[in-house]
Amino acid sequence: MQALTNKAKQVSRKPMSFMEKMYLPAIFKGMMITFMHIFKKKPTINYPEKKRPFSPVFRGMQILNRDEEGRENCTACGLCAVACPAEAITMEAAERQTGEENLYKEEKYAAKYEINMLRCIFCGLCEEACPKDAIYLSETFTPADYQRKQFIYGKNDLLIPHPKENPEAYKKALGNRANKEMVN
Amino acid sequence: MMLLSIDLGLVIEKLVLIVVVISASLVIAMYTTFAERKVAAILQDRRGPNRAGPFGLLQPLADGLKLFFKEEIIPAFSSKFLFIMGPALAMLTAMMTSAVIPWGDKVELFGRHISLQITDVNVGVLYVFGVVSLGVYGIMIGSWASNNKFSLLGGLRAASQIISYELAMGISMIALLMVTGTLSLKEMVVQQQVGHWNIINQPLGFLIFLVCAFAECNRTPFDLPEAENELIGGYHTEYSSMKLGFYLFAEYINMFISSVIMATLFFGGYDMPFVNESLLSPNVAALIGVAALMAKVSCFIFLFMWVRWTIPRFRYDQLMHLGWRILIPLALFNMLLTGGVILYFHK
Repeated sequence: MQALTNKAKQVSRKPMSFMEKMYLPAIFKGMMITFMHIFKKKPTINYPEKKRPFSPVFRGMQILNRDEEGRENCTACGLCAVACPAEAITMEAAERQTGEENLYKEEKYAAKYEINMLRCIFCGLCEEACPKDAIYLSETFTPADYQRKQFIYGKNDLLIPHPKENPEAYKKALGNRANKEMVN
Repeated sequence: MMLLSIDLGLVIEKLVLIVVVISASLVIAMYTTFAERKVAAILQDRRGPNRAGPFGLLQPLADGLKLFFKEEIIPAFSSKFLFIMGPALAMLTAMMTSAVIPWGDKVELFGRHISLQITDVNVGVLYVFGVVSLGVYGIMIGSWASNNKFSLLGGLRAASQIISYELAMGISMIALLMVTGTLSLKEMVVQQQVGHWNIINQPLGFLIFLVCAFAECNRTPFDLPEAENELIGGYHTEYSSMKLGFYLFAEYINMFISSVIMATLFFGGYDMPFVNESLLSPNVAALIGVAALMAKVSCFIFLFMWVRWTIPRFRYDQLMHLGWRILIPLALFNMLLTGGVILYFHK
């Protein structure tokens, strides 16, 4: 019969020789193979103690960025919400009052900013759309939770720590991804 | 009146020995389950349980606790008395064999010579065989009482498998008995201490015995009674909670005991090679002996696990073919050969 590919192998149906019928040599061979696996390196990483480094293109949970003085970058322009293919982002804009200059960078800011983490597909289009460097996908996971409503993250969950009050947490939250963008 | 004439010290001594041996075999079986998981993991390039306690050493405790807290279900259409008796019997017969095994030589404590053997029956080997063949009743009764087709199939498989392999095991034993000339396990060990280990006289007999021991313990490649992918869980399909635990545990105790028996019969029991025990003080010698026996046993237990994670399960007809058409003729041939050699040298 014409074979369709050159991958086909003829099955050998010849009767077993005496050595093969004894099975024992084959068993010892197999046992040696499993025994050698004792000395192999284990690919498992002990997760909570040791973490695998993320790849530079990893896209994790979003953070809302602040500038060096700790003012929120976001102006609630809504470009991220428009760019979002999963329609996960909603926001409400508000006007900055006098005396709030240390809180918000520009005259308009997001009074409410919500991302539904169950809808988010972590594509990073919000980050690309943002003209104000206000949103980044960081290098953290979205933690698991028991209720669906807990996954609607508000500003409390998303805002980056204050760079002056808590500089270490700020740096950690910013991660390598934001740095890379800044260099460019 | 006869009771009064028995030395009270002897009774206490034996009671203590029984408690120690039973609890030791329970603890060892517990940690054998842990070792099984670890060995399986290592052979498969995994890490195995390492969360409960240092290096996961508390894992067997957690497993046992889990089994105790599980809901216990006795099927409505089962025969309740037999359903409970099944695992109890399996456990009982698994523990009973340890009575005739010489765990070590004599120790001197409080001015008494205490033999580290619960009882030196002069038909020790026969006793072991008797109890081992009783072991199948636990499985059969439990599987029948479950009133479940898969359980029953598992039980039937276990029964026919154990009967088939007991024959070859017995015949390979006869060849060994012809060499040693005694049925007492203690005497066998003493002979091996003076002379050489029985494995040198009986390599083929040992091989047959080993294969049969795997079959008697329902270990892979002969674990057809509990073949999960064919019979759900085999004979313990309907069991839950600690009753299931008893069945699983009995399997590990069986494994431990058969390792001890193989070490005793073929590998010199508590004999430490290249050490002359008579030169040491009796207590030290006994301790070394127990340690040597345990080292041999651990090797056998590792072998059991190693084989389990290497060789796939037999098909049932292959199992029967191996038992009846290969092992029994081979054992008979071994017996004939041994007889011929003995006759030739003892003329």
